Amino acid sequence: MDIKIPFNEELRPDTGLYNAKLGVWLFLASEVMLFGALFSAYVLLRVAAPIWDNSILNIPMATINTVVLITSSVTMIMSWVSLKMKNLEKYKLYMGLTILCSVVFLIIKYFEYSSKFEHGYYPSTNTFLAIYFTMTGLHMLHVLGGIVVNFYLWIPGVKMWETEPERFTNRIEIAGLYWHFVDLVWIFLFPALYLL
Amino acid sequence: MSDHSSHHEESFLRKYIFSIDHKIIGIQYGITSLFFLLFGFSLMLVMRWQLAYPDTPVPLVGGLIKWLAELNGFASNGNLPPDLYNVFGAMHGTIMIFLGVVPIVVGAFGNYLVPLQIGAPDMAFPKLNMASYWTYFVGGVVMVVSFFIPGGAANSGWTSYPPLSEITTATHGQTFWLIGMIFLITSSLLGSMNIIVTIVQLRVEGLTWMRLPFFIWTQLITSFLLVLAFPPLEAAGILQLMDRVAGTSFFLPSGLVVGGEVLANSGGGSPLLWQHLFWFLAHPEVYVLILPGMGVIGEIIANNTRKPLWGYKSLVYGITFLGFMSFIVWAHHMFLTGMGQAMSVFFQTTTMIISIPSVIVLTCFLISLWGGSIRFNTPMLFALSWLPMFGIGGLTGLPLGLAPPDIHLHDTYYVISHFHYIVAPGTIFAIFAGIYYWFPKVTGKMLNERLGKTHFWFSLIFMNGIFFPMLIQGLAGVSRRLADGGITYAHAQGVIHYNSFMSASAWWLAVAQIPFIVNIIWTLIKKKDNPVDPNPWKATTIEWTDTTSPPLGHGNFEKEPVVYRGPYEYSVPNEKEDYIPQTKK
Ligand code: HEM
Ligand SMILES: [Cu+2]
Repeated sequence: MDIKIPFNEELRPDTGLYNAKLGVWLFLASEVMLFGALFSAYVLLRVAAPIWDNSILNIPMATINTVVLITSSVTMIMSWVSLKMKNLEKYKLYMGLTILCSVVFLIIKYFEYSSKFEHGYYPSTNTFLAIYFTMTGLHMLHVLGGIVVNFYLWIPGVKMWETEPERFTNRIEIAGLYWHFVDLVWIFLFPALYLL
Repeated sequence: MSDHSSHHEESFLRKYIFSIDHKIIGIQYGITSLFFLLFGFSLMLVMRWQLAYPDTPVPLVGGLIKWLAELNGFASNGNLPPDLYNVFGAMHGTIMIFLGVVPIVVGAFGNYLVPLQIGAPDMAFPKLNMASYWTYFVGGVVMVVSFFIPGGAANSGWTSYPPLSEITTATHGQTFWLIGMIFLITSSLLGSMNIIVTIVQLRVEGLTWMRLPFFIWTQLITSFLLVLAFPPLEAAGILQLMDRVAGTSFFLPSGLVVGGEVLANSGGGSPLLWQHLFWFLAHPEVYVLILPGMGVIGEIIANNTRKPLWGYKSLVYGITFLGFMSFIVWAHHMFLTGMGQAMSVFFQTTTMIISIPSVIVLTCFLISLWGGSIRFNTPMLFALSWLPMFGIGGLTGLPLGLAPPDIHLHDTYYVISHFHYIVAPGTIFAIFAGIYYWFPKVTGKMLNERLGKTHFWFSLIFMNGIFFPMLIQGLAGVSRRLADGGITYAHAQGVIHYNSFMSASAWWLAVAQIPFIVNIIWTLIKKKDNPVDPNPWKATTIEWTDTTSPPLGHGNFEKEPVVYRGPYEYSVPNEKEDYIPQTKK
């Protein structure tokens, strides 16, 4: 019964895209608007705030996390390149590393959050903490989403490589684009919340 | 294209419930959203009783109202108490816009027609399409369930302005609303991305951009608006949810006094921030409500004047420009917030500019009628009446877009009348026109013309009976959202006697929908053995010329169509027939 949708894997000549690639760009555009709105809210609230005490944040931990996420972006690209070079073993290795990095990110974030809670810092404490927890929380949800997708592509989804290698490689590219975006959001969040 | 010989029976669930066929999903959207339109309309019918005859028991459904009010914890003797009035008002707007009109114009019309009109076997992402419908469904369920919880559903208007929407944390209606909205937004995002990819990627050979039916263009622009405008509302919704659930103060200023006591929150937030985020979505959203309607009207006018749509390119460029502009006019909803003169001047200028494309659309449609041999069938009647109705809606918008007159008109019934002229006899009429026009495509059966025309004439009369007096009431200064219809309001005294007339019009409008409902049911049941001509309107576009009615199973086309010409080649001189299909060599 399955019908074939044109340009699912091959490029449409006049647009130079396959469907999912356009899809993910549109999705990322909507994500830019989502985080863009939150960053605008951040600016507006910050300009109006009499005090903005972000000294309670743990910059070393966040720096480590930045490095961890950037590394994961690199390994994500490597996993895609490995597939392009038809090397499934290497793909599995790099994808595994990507997932490992994402999990490390979450663990560090967990320690950051719990130390805040221990000191009685909650979202309701002040505007700074409200925006801090909301934005990093939403970002963490995105990381979690990325882990689910990447894990699927790492173990259960990998059997598609046998039947439709082209399409599977495209999937890694799509997941990669999403993952770089998640990384990019953090690269904005880090200075906005911790450093400035 | 797939070969259909390899068919095997699909389970009922797969075929009709969790279908991934865009036609089935379109019908699912259609039925669900029609139900919600009726539901939202019914809420208003009850509210109109309260406005015309304040605090008296509602006839017919008084018992139901009493039951619901007491379930929510409000006193009622069968009348609509003010608290419940607020609930009904907020939910009327929410349901009509987010559960009714958007899902029907994008989810139903878009889903069903876009692949057929561009010659595609389905949407680009069929599974995402199914997910989009079911996300919408869950959002709807959350909204409906919220009617039955203590304190009732959301009651701070469809705009959910804080602080009002946030100081009601004793009850959970608003929280349900926010959660429901997050589902609805997600659903719209999935659906609109799918439509864009489908249009960009799956157009058949020869269907270049300037050969797309105008309806496809409107769907494309609408989808872009949804993709880019909805996320900020999602962000705003998340922030409001945090305020309500986690005790933050994004939208709550310091030192807010509620019920004589200073609120014990951290403060420092900004209620205006919500308004900016909300209208950044909601102005583009109003174009989401009207653009697909324009597309439907364009198709029907070209078909029934037997002429090409006049100024096709101006239409396309016009609505593209409108799409861009709609992102920089939002604060014309906020002239009275004290945001400052520089802001007001900027936004009133952009608002004047954005009315130009609307005028272009209306002008092109009007000129299209010129010299045509018009067929006055039911779809065309709805389409023709759409023109002056949209005209009134648009013209009444201009004074609102200028800050000085808006000081007088803001938050009055004039505003209500303005946007209802656009969405009720505007978009809703376009929806009716579209249903009469494409019903034979979807079902293979023609709706009855006599019942259709009855439906049309009475709807037109009663629509105006409701909304025209509102303009006068609004100019006199009657505020919107008064639960007693204005009897205690000094400004209202001179015009308050219109209320019973307007309410009666609303109830008669409900009666006028009976021929429509009967028509659909009767046609579906009776005309079992009446296979319709696949192209009863002698149309040129692919959905009529290259598919059966209803189209084949999953896959739509026997063989992939190829397009050779523009969408509206009607009455070409020296041709045998008065129309040339797009797919004719
Ligand atoms: C043709 C040009 C238009 C102009 C110049 C215009 C202008 C305005 C302005 C300035 C307001 C705010 C009034 C106030 O709150 O004081 C308004 C309200 C509104 N307009 Fe329009 N409008 C136009 C077209 C439309 C269209 C096409 C729609 C589609 C449905 C629409 C729907 C609405 C709605 C829903 C509101 C009220 C929102 C609320 O406060 O609940 N308008 N319009
Ligand atoms: Cu607006």
